[in-house]
This record gives sequence, C-alpha cells and structure tokens, in this order.
Amino acid sequence: MEVDAGTTSAVGTDNQPTPVLRGRSKAIHQFTQQTLPACKPVLTPAWVIGTFFLMGVLFIPVGLISLHASQSVNEIVDRYDVDCVPDTFKNNKMAYIKNASVSKSCHRYLKVHKHMKAPIYIYYQLDNFYQNHRRYVKSRSDEQLLKGLGYNKTSSCEPQAFENGLPIVPCGLVAWSLFNDTFSFSRGTKKLEIERKNIAWKSDREHKFGKNVYPFNFQNSSFIGGGKLDTTIPLSDQEDLIVWMRTAAFPSFRKLYGRIEEDLEEDDIIVVHLMNNYNTYSFGGTKMIVLSTSNWLGGKNSFLGVAYIFVGSSSILIAFIFLLLHVKNPRPYVCIFLKDEGQFSNGCS
Amino acid sequence: MAKGGIRAKLRRSSLYTLANIRSKPSYKKEEAAGELSGYPRVIHVNQPVVPETAPIFCSNYVSTTKYTFFNFLPIALFEQFNRVANFYFLVAAGLTFTDYAPFDWPSQVVPLALVVGFSLAKELYEDLQRYWQDKAANRRDTAVHVGNGVFKTKQWHEVCVGDIVNVKKDEFFPADLLLLQSSYEDGMSYVETMNLDGETNLKVKRALQNLSLPVVNDDGASHFGNFQPMIRCENPNPNLYTFMGNLEYDGRIYPLDPAQLLLRESKLKNTEYIYGAVVFTGNDTKVMQNTTQSGSKRSKIELQMDKIIYLLFGLLILISIVSAAGFGLSVRNTVPIWWYLRPDVAGEDFDVNDFFVSALRHLVTALMLYGYLVPISLYVSIEAVKILQASFINSDLHLYDDVTGTPAKARTSNLNEQLGQVDTILSDKTGTLTCNQMDFLKCSIAGCPYGKRLSEVELAAAKQMAAQMESHDSDSSHGSVSSSASLQAITISNNGNTEKKESIKGFSFQDDRLQNRNWLNEPNSEFILLFFRILAVCHSAIPEINEKTGELTYEAESPDEGAFLVAAREFGFHFIKRTQNSVVIRETLSMNQEPVEKEYNILTLLDFTSKRKRMSVIIRDETGQLLMFCKGADTIIFDRLASNGKMFLEATTKNLNEYGDAGLRTLALAYKKLDENEYSNWNEKFHNAQIASGPDREDMLEELSDAMERGLTLVGATAVEDKLQKGVPQCIDRLALAGLKIWVLTGDKMETAINIGFSCSLLRQGMKQICIVVSAEMLAQDAKDVIKVNILSQITAALQTVKGKKDPHAPFALIIDGKTLTYALEDDIKFQFLNLAINCASVICCRVSPKQKALVVRLVKEATGRTTLGIGDGANDVGMIKEADIGIGISGVEGMQAVMASDFAIAQFRFLERLLIVHGHWCYKRISKMICYFFYKNITLALTLFYFEAQAGFSGQMHYDDWYMLLYNVFLTSCPVLALGVLEKDVNAEICLQFPALYQQGPKNLFFDWYRIIGWLSNGVYASLVIYLVNMRIFSPESFRKGGQTADMYVIGTAMFTSIIWVVNVQIFLISHYLTRVQLHTIWGSIVVWYLIVYIYGTLPVSWSAGNIYHQLPEVLGPAQKFYLSTILVTLLCNMPYLVHISYQRCYNPEDHHVLQEMKNLKKDVTDKKMWKREQSKARQETEIGLSARVDAKMRYMKGKMTRRYSTLAPRSP
Repeated sequence: MEVDAGTTSAVGTDNQPTPVLRGRSKAIHQFTQQTLPACKPVLTPAWVIGTFFLMGVLFIPVGLISLHASQSVNEIVDRYDVDCVPDTFKNNKMAYIKNASVSKSCHRYLKVHKHMKAPIYIYYQLDNFYQNHRRYVKSRSDEQLLKGLGYNKTSSCEPQAFENGLPIVPCGLVAWSLFNDTFSFSRGTKKLEIERKNIAWKSDREHKFGKNVYPFNFQNSSFIGGGKLDTTIPLSDQEDLIVWMRTAAFPSFRKLYGRIEEDLEEDDIIVVHLMNNYNTYSFGGTKMIVLSTSNWLGGKNSFLGVAYIFVGSSSILIAFIFLLLHVKNPRPYVCIFLKDEGQFSNGCS
Repeated sequence: MAKGGIRAKLRRSSLYTLANIRSKPSYKKEEAAGELSGYPRVIHVNQPVVPETAPIFCSNYVSTTKYTFFNFLPIALFEQFNRVANFYFLVAAGLTFTDYAPFDWPSQVVPLALVVGFSLAKELYEDLQRYWQDKAANRRDTAVHVGNGVFKTKQWHEVCVGDIVNVKKDEFFPADLLLLQSSYEDGMSYVETMNLDGETNLKVKRALQNLSLPVVNDDGASHFGNFQPMIRCENPNPNLYTFMGNLEYDGRIYPLDPAQLLLRESKLKNTEYIYGAVVFTGNDTKVMQNTTQSGSKRSKIELQMDKIIYLLFGLLILISIVSAAGFGLSVRNTVPIWWYLRPDVAGEDFDVNDFFVSALRHLVTALMLYGYLVPISLYVSIEAVKILQASFINSDLHLYDDVTGTPAKARTSNLNEQLGQVDTILSDKTGTLTCNQMDFLKCSIAGCPYGKRLSEVELAAAKQMAAQMESHDSDSSHGSVSSSASLQAITISNNGNTEKKESIKGFSFQDDRLQNRNWLNEPNSEFILLFFRILAVCHSAIPEINEKTGELTYEAESPDEGAFLVAAREFGFHFIKRTQNSVVIRETLSMNQEPVEKEYNILTLLDFTSKRKRMSVIIRDETGQLLMFCKGADTIIFDRLASNGKMFLEATTKNLNEYGDAGLRTLALAYKKLDENEYSNWNEKFHNAQIASGPDREDMLEELSDAMERGLTLVGATAVEDKLQKGVPQCIDRLALAGLKIWVLTGDKMETAINIGFSCSLLRQGMKQICIVVSAEMLAQDAKDVIKVNILSQITAALQTVKGKKDPHAPFALIIDGKTLTYALEDDIKFQFLNLAINCASVICCRVSPKQKALVVRLVKEATGRTTLGIGDGANDVGMIKEADIGIGISGVEGMQAVMASDFAIAQFRFLERLLIVHGHWCYKRISKMICYFFYKNITLALTLFYFEAQAGFSGQMHYDDWYMLLYNVFLTSCPVLALGVLEKDVNAEICLQFPALYQQGPKNLFFDWYRIIGWLSNGVYASLVIYLVNMRIFSPESFRKGGQTADMYVIGTAMFTSIIWVVNVQIFLISHYLTRVQLHTIWGSIVVWYLIVYIYGTLPVSWSAGNIYHQLPEVLGPAQKFYLSTILVTLLCNMPYLVHISYQRCYNPEDHHVLQEMKNLKKDVTDKKMWKREQSKARQETEIGLSARVDAKMRYMKGKMTRRYSTLAPRSP
C-alpha cells in the first residue's frame, strides 16, 4: 500500500501552474480538483498472501484460546420436564400440570463430573417457547413497571392489562407468564445455599423496575398464567421477574436462576428439589436445569473457538493456494498488455 | 456618431443585391376584400387606449419556471411519489400509524421526510434559478412609444401587442416585431439571429417598401403620433421562417412576409435603430413557441437501477408472502397451544379462528418490515452524489476556458454517469468544431500555389507522425535519419512562421513571394493583380471604423468574405469605402509608391445564394473597361469557364485537391471582360426583369444572371482555413481512440462539410467516400416513390461495397445531404440507412435542418440502443441536444439557446475529451459501485430481519431497536457511500487520458451488468446469513459473559447490528481504490459513531428506548469479550469471499484498470518511460478516423515507399 501525494501527480502534467496554496485553501483546491492525496491499495500477490497468512496466524491462537476457555467451563444439563411427571400422568401431562392438587415436587440427582469452581450459575432452560413473539414482546408496559399504579396508559399490555376492572401490576403477557418452577439444592444432606440476589442487570433493578411499585391484582383471574408475586416486595427486588422480563431472542433460551457460591467437587451428587409448576406441556416445550461455571467467555460454547480456528486455517489454506498459484504460474505483473507478443521487458517481475 | 462618417452617406443599405428589389406591391383595400378575413389575429397598432375587447393577447412576461408559488408543493410532491420506491415508503409511512406496523412511526416517517425534503429543496432551488433568470429577462429595458412621438423606457414585460418600440443597435428585440422603419432610408436592417438558428451571418430584414413614412433623425419620431395601422396576421406558431399577414393603413393593404418580422432573442446589428410594431409577445413569440419543456432525461444506469429496485420489490414480496404464509400456518397450527400468548383473545395481530385473515394482515406488516430491502435513501444519496460530481465538473480547472472565462457547467446532474457510457457523438460543425473564423491561408494564382504555412490539420498530423516515428525508431532503428530530418524541417518551418509577427485575425498567409509587394516580380504578376482586385472588389461587405483604434473592420455577410478583405488589405488592396454604387480601394502597387485611392463603379451585383453558390460584380474600372468579377464554388466556376479561360485549370485543380486534403475551404476566382453593347443589352433585360411582377420574375432573373456568368477566365483559387477550435483534431483523435464514433451533422453545404471532415481528420485520403445524393432535377420531377427507390438502391449498393471490402485500411465515409436524408429517415428505409451508417468509419450529414438533426439522433438512439451524445452551440442544435441521451452545449459566442437546452455546457469542443474520458469514466464507476453497494448493504440488513422472523413465529417482531433501523440508511451507512460516490477513482486523470481505451468499460457497461449486480446481491445474502447465524450461535443460549447472564433479544440485536455496521464498512473499504482522508474518516467515523450512538442512546431515560437499550453498552455488552470477538469474526468471515474474489481476479484475470493501477503503483510511468509509452500505444481502440488513423495511413504509405526513396515528407515543406 502506498500513499501517493496527490499534488505531485497533479502538478506533473498540469499545463497551467497550480497556485501555491496553503492549509485550508489548498485542501479545498485539492478537493475540487479531485487531487486529494490518497492511499491506493493495490493487491499484489505479496499483499494477498501476506494478508491471508497474517489472518490465519492471528485467528488460530485466538480460536485455540477460546476453545480452551470453553472447555474449561463445566456444565451439567438436566432435562426434567418429562421425568418429573408422575407415572400416572405420563399419558396426560396436561391434566397433571393443570391439577393444582397434585404435588409438583420432584427430585433430580445430578452428578458432578468435574470439579466446579464457585460461582456456579443455575439456569433454567426452556425450549420451543416463543418469548420473541410480537404479541408477547409488546405486551408489557415499561412505564408501569417503573411508576406502578400511577401509570394507567397500559393499553399495550392487552390482553393482560385489566382484571376484574382493576389494573394489573405488572401488566402484560410477559409478566403474566412468569416462570414459576423453583429449585433448591442439597449435597448429601447439606443444603446448598443459593444466592438469588444480583441475578438481574443492575440498571434494570435500579432504573427500570420501580422501587415503590408493588404487585397488584396480579394473577387474580380465573386463568392463571405463571408464577405469582409476593405483593410485599417491590418490583425492583423481584429479580426473577426482572430476568424473565428480559425477553429472549430465540425460542430456546436460558435464564439465570441463581448462584451457588461453593465449589462442587468431582463425583458429588447434587440433589435438586424442584417444584414442577410451569406448564410447558401444552405446547410441547422442554425444561432443563443447567449448572454451569463461567469464565471470561461466558458459558460452555465451543462455537466461537471452532469458528476462529476454521477461519484462521482457511485463511492459511487460501494463502498457500495463492502462493502455489503464484509460484507455478506467476503472472508477469505490469506486462499484461504485452502478453500477445510473448515478450517481456526488464521491468517485469 | 463617430462611425457615422461612412455610414451617413450610406442611407440606402446595399441596394445592389437582388434581394431587396423583390417586394410585393400594395393594393387598395377594396381590391383585397377576400384577404381581409383570412387572418385571425387583429392588432391595432399604436393605440394606447386599448379597446375593451383587446386583452386577448398574452403579456410579454416570460416564465420558464416549472412551478408557481401555489402549485410547487402539490406538483413537486406528486413527482416525488411518482417514483415507485418513494410511493411505497409513503404508504408504509402512512401505515406506521396503524397497528400493522412492526415499528414506531418515526422509523419510517423521518427518513422519508428527509429524503423527500432534500429532493424538494433541490427542485425549489433549481426553479428559483430559472425564476431569477426570467426576472432578469423581463426586467430588461426598451423604449416604447407612449404617444405623440415620445418614447419612454419600459421594462420588457410591460410591452404590449400593438406598441411601437424603438430598438437601438446591438439591442435585443423585446418581442416579435413588425419592422416599420430603420435608420436606413430604404428600411433595411441587419439582424443577428444566432440565438434562433445558430447562424452567425447577418440576416437582412426589410421594412415595407411602399409604406412611406417620413424620414426620421435619430430620436424625433413624431410621425408615429397618429400612425395607427391595423395588422391582421396568423396566430402564434413555432415556425421561425414563416409569417403571413397584412397591414392596413390609409385605406391600403400591404402584404407582410417573414422579411418584416424581427424575432425576439435576435439582435439588431449594423443598423442604428429601428422602429417596430409589436406583433407577438411573451409566450406567443416564435422563440418561446419553439422552446419545449425539456423532459428530464434519465441515465441508463438509473433505468437499470429501477429494474433492480423492481427485483428487490419482487424479493420483498416473496419473503413477505413466505412470512405471511409462515405466520398463517403458525396461527393455525401452533399458536393455539401457546397459552402464554393468550391465543383465545383475538387481537389486532391475529385471530386463531381465522388464520387466513391473520396471514393477510400479516402480509401488510411484513411488507413494511422488509422494506429495508429497498434502500429509501438510494435516490437521495445518488442525487446528492451527483450534485457533488457536477460541482466537480463545474470547478474543474482543466475545463475552464481562460480566454472567455467560462467554466464547464453541468446543468443537470442526472446524467453524470451517462457521460462514461457514450457510444456515438453527434456533433454540429459551425461553432462547435470550428470557431467560424476564417483565415486566409493559401492561394493558387495562375496555377501556382502560394502560402507556406501549414494548416492546423497538417501540423497536427505532422506532430503525431513525429511522435509515432520516434517510438518506431526506438523499436527499429532503420529509417530514423530521414524521419527525424523531415520532422526537423517541419518544426523549423513552423516555428519560423509563428514567431515572425503577431497574427492578424483572418490572415495567416505567409509566403515572401507575394508579401511585401514582391509579387510584382512574379512571372504572372498581371494575374496576381487581378486576383487581388477580385478579392477586394467582389463582395458585399461594409467597412466600419473601429472607434478605439481607428482601424477598419469589415462587416461581411460571411466570415470568408471578411478573410478575403483582410487578405486583400495585407497584399496592398485596402478596401476603405463603399458608396451607393462604388467601392473605393486604396492600392499600393510598389514598395516606394504612395497608396493610390481608386474608385470602382459597381454596375451590378449578383449576390451569393446557397443555390447559386457564386457571386459576381460587374464594374467599370478607371480606364472605362467593363469587367465582371466572379467568385464561387470551384465546381460551379469550372463549369462556366470559357474555352480560352482554362489555361490554369489543371494546375489549379491539383492545388485545390491539396487544399482540400489539408482541410481548407476553397473558392475559385474568375473574371470576364465585357463590352459595352453586350452589357447594356443585358442590363436592360435585367432591369426589366427586376421591375416586372409575376411569378416567373425570379426565374427570369436567375436565367439572366446565369447567362451573364459564363465564358469566364479562371484566375486562381483561395484556400481559407475554417479555423478549427483549439485542439479539435487532437480531441477527435482521442475520442476515436477511446472507441467513440463521431458523426457530423451540419447545416453547411456538402463541400464545406467535406472540407471540415478533412480538417478534423474524420475524412482522409484513402477513405472511400460514399455520397448518397439525389440530384436536384430528380427531386423536382420525380415522384416520392421513385426517389425513394433510387436512394434505397444507392444504400444497398453502398452496403454491399462496405460489406465486401478487402483492404482493411480503406475505411468508408458516408456523406449524405439533407434532402436525401428526408427520405432516408422515413420508416421503411431508415434501418438500411442506419445499417450502412454504422458500418462506415465516419458519417457526415450536410444541409440538415434542425429537425433532421434531432431525427438522426433519435434514429441512432433508438435503433442501436447505444448512448448518444449531441453537441452543438446554436439554436439549430437544440432539437438534437434535447433528443440525444446527453446534450452538450458549447457556451461560446453563439448565444445561449443551445446551452439552455443542454445537459452540460462546455466552453470548447476540446473539453469534451476530459468531460467524457475523465469525468464520465469516473462518474460511471462511482455511481455503479455506489448503487451495487447500496443494494448490498440493504440486503444484508433486511435479510437478517427475515431470518429472525423465521425464529419468532413470523410474528413481525424485530430484534433491532427502531432507531437503529432509522439511522442505518440515513446516517450510519450513508457517509462512506457518499464519499465513495464523490471521491472514488480507479486511476487518476492523466492515466485516463493516456489510456483512452479504458473508457470502453463504460459503453460496454462492465461495471453495472447483471453478472456484477447479481454478484453483489448474492454477497449481501451471504453476509446476512453469516451475520445472523454466527451471532446466534455465539450468543445463545449460554451465558455470554463472566457474570453468568444470558443475552436477551436486544443484546443479540445490538451485537448483530454491530456486526452489520462493521461488515458493510469494511466492505466499502475493500471496494474503494482511492482512499482519501475523507473516505477513511467516514468509514472509521461511521463505526465509531455507531458505538457512540448505542452508548448515548443507552444513557437516555428509560422511557426513550422502552428500556431495551438502557445502559446496554457500558453494562451489558461492553465488558463482554465475546461481543468483540464475534464482531471481528463476523466481519472477516463476511468479507473473505470478496477478498478472495478480488485477489484472484487481480492476479489471474485482471481488468484494464487493475493493470494500470499496478503499473502506477510500481511507478512505471517514471522509471520505465519507454515501456509506459508502449503500453499507452497498445491501450487504444482500433480506429479508422482521427489523426492517429491518418498518421497510420501515412506511415503505411511511407513504409511502402521507404524501400525506394526516403523522405516523402519533403515536398510538403519546401
């Protein structure tokens, strides 16, 4: 890449003397005469091969590091929605989930395959749940979440804006369908403490959910969607709700439930006591519980590393192909107009 | 009145001409009762108190504006929304206020308002310019009769029909006037009609002969006080050369004809003042009737762009239908079990009981959602870029004419890129190729050629040949001695000429044998004397004293005559005075002798008409001898020579051929001695014929003059250089090398046209000229069908010759004349004609009317489908300029009509080279790159929306914030692409000019063909897929940062959008070749601004962004390393195929400009001049016209001769 001083080339062939200009007026002159100095990248083989090679050299290590980071994350995934249905209801899961009198309690035993360093994040994962559906996404009122009952323009919350003639706080389908399975953990006989604070974004807690807004008239209808809220706790402290209200982009998503602040040792058996309340059965969704550590790359996701390695190695491959092509069949640079005559002057490389 | 000295005695203008005697007599009112009713327009002249019924005539206020104050908004808006894309966005913007819209109203309304607002502002500005121009015209002053012979200054727009106005010398006529009286006693006046028909020679207009008005002295015009005639005439019409009507005064009726009509926009010349009655005003004037609203032209690229837009609309509809179908299916099948959506409640978005209606409703939503496929800002960006490009053209110093101080002017910016795609240039001749200034250069007297200076054509050819030689010499060493020697000879003789003394306008003759009275020693001195006398006497010019210098200048009807008079003066025959029937010549016959004034009585003057092609005077010299001097076209004169007058015929013919080849304009001079009886007999007949009335009077006069102009003795011939404009041969050569075809369409006669063809190197020796002509007799006698069959057979015969041509170096030139063209342009044979024309190397159409020019242009344009460029300078070229794909006006001397009608105005023909080869080439590439990129970037964005839809149940949800979408087209990606459109260039100007073949990329449309367009569209599809899938896999479903949080929809949206911003900006970095600071700053700036926007938007109160973006960058995405890694990965992955593509293309399949870039990059132009030159000569189109072709032909000829003899150049420079 070479930087060409536009002025020299312009003056070179100008018949009329170019006025000597300084600074601003010179720049304007160059602009109007279209002779602004510019860098003109020319992709010579050296540049091409060099660029691709460099890309490869940079990408592969990054890929390896990412892959390593992803490998170092340990993750336990357990799908529980099927196994938590009692055998009697296996053929009619809907009846099970809709029957309030049936105990929803369920136990899962998770084996820790590798040492997991605290903090260990607990997620619930839902599949085939369209939190990104337009009707769903729209059905909320951020103003109301912040201002509470004082804000009554909640038409966007339809069809969950009013119940029995009274406004609902928090209104809307998102809040109404709040996930309400609960989890607690024990290792052996000892209960594992779960930290459920600070799972939502700080800005959400502080600025988007009112500190003086309390749930009101929530889940009071005949058709109850998801979880209920403790009316004594302000919305800003209802972190489950806050996390839930951040609608997910894809139909398969994880949401943070809490943290275990102790290390889990290899071969530990973790008992999950869960209440299987949430209805994913009617639309064939799945529920999973996920325990995962985290590092600078987040959770276990080898895609990034693999992709980097893929791009890096293909760059190097391309560099080699170009190198080969160039060695085997060097194009005589600059002499292209001459090719018919089959003779090249000294200037040709 | 300083110059009145000569003129005062010349109260009668030039009565010798045949023209002025032809006047219809008046007749009594009673005799002509029938004629009175014939004319619908009745004008009561000079009646200030207009009768009640009068205001039927329009005022003299002229308006060329497109809009008025009231209709601007409706009309301009209508035009805007006539564009399909804009209309779509208007509907979409309207729908954003309903529930169909997937986003809030600002995201549609704001960009639309910006785009339309900008276009409206541009329209308004352009119309205001027109308004101010009109205002200036309407405010011009003129003197109007207000009663009792008092004239008062009024503004033009106040002039009414029936007013009598007084127009002074060199003033324009404010309206179409009926000439009543002029400063000449006989009512003659001279008018320059350059603005109307492009002809520079003066036209004679003549007041009614029999209308006896008292003689006036300058200002006193009291007789108009009670002069109240009535004019009946035809209704306003656009025909410039017809006018019918009559004037009723004092009980007599005077028939009117076009000779009495002075047209608006023409100028009074050589006449002190005239009085005229206003006949047509304002929009009724002939010139305004001739101006047609110019339909806006659109460039081919834009037309093709429309197709792409339709294609995108197709894609839009397709994916909308897919979305709607998907939505409908999901509403039917899956949504009813999605309890969390409360499907039991029917909403505006869907109703599970009626999935079909839901799907239809969703179709509307989807059509809006994917509207981003169609770049809303495309039109406006292109407009903005074109305005800037136009301003570059306007401010280019290389297109600036120092002499007149005129810069180039891009009057419409619509067609910039079309300049890069021109295939055929159709050029006017006079004023365009030539300056319409004649230089007396050579002459042949008594068969002996005089005049050593080379014509411009010879000079240019010699120079080029020298250059060619040089390069050939370096290749092959033989023959170098001779060529360089002859070259030296040329340069020396040339230098000697130019430095000798300052040039005299119209006289470039140089030969010591004739100058400084040396001709007295020449063998044929008596013929030389005669030759000079003919030059000095045989003309119809008037001498005029220049007020400042006191020198005489000549007002001649044609510039040739002026050149002859200057030449005669330089030879010592100074024409100083013209009286009613004599001319006075101050003759200097020898060096020492004092000049003698001699008066030649002019007995008869038979004037020059294009039909006669000759003029003669019969004089009595000081010895009482009667002589007839005659000058005229060589063929005409040669036919009329006496058998004993042909002694120099052979030698003169030889000289004339040489002159013709040198591109000179020739006339033959002859004389005849008369005896008294012969003359008086003839004169009597002639006089009788003159005063006779009746239809055959003119034929009689014609016959008589023909009889007189016979039996002549040839004296010699003149060779006048119709001075080509500076640099014309070179420019034509370059354009030819760039592969452009050049046609010349001229109103001149065939001989002149051929001469100019030679002087511009459009014709040369060795070319086979195909003349398609129909003889005058045939035209007069035969039926139309017969003529047509004749023409058709000529064309087919010619076509066969052309097809069967054997010698590759003997191209054909087609020369066709206007009369024939009339038939050739008729529907049934025009394609044969065109077929012949495009097989010929050059085409010259002569004697064509303005309308035919336009028709030829249309034929070429429509039948070949190629881009045509019309260039001309006069009003007669307006039709052509308007009809051509690109019209170029020469803003030279000939008024403003052509310029006003043109799309681009340049000061000189030679600027066309730079305009096309540099600006056109650049603009073409810029615009095509820009449009491709535009589509690419919008596809990239819009398709990610579509993929997201597929994962959101096609519900119409967007994962981007509305404001991102809004800013994307208008702000975030617009600056780099604007900078690209304005500043990008593949190679710089010098290289464009040095390698004209590069221009062919435009006409071949290599940069905007479907192959390339589809390539870009696919690139967009690929990029959108990569962006979507990679981001999706990276951010979902695991947590994406150390804190363990997972990404919600808007986090992924922002991350994806960041990738898009990076990808499209890196892409534009890769497609730019010429990266100035501006481009680099806009590219980096856009990326930085994007982060800033997200940051600032995130700090705004929660309610502003519905909380989605609140603190997103600093809190959520900023600290996550994955965010950056994903951006880098996606950016590279998206651009890698393109990078591989261009790398491969450059290495193994480079295009012309790639090679040039490399050469320039390796500084080959500096380090290896020889090679650079050689490459240059290779980078040309095969051409058969232009100097280079001429030189090639010459070289071939010389090579043939070389074996026998060396210097063939020698005889050319004795």
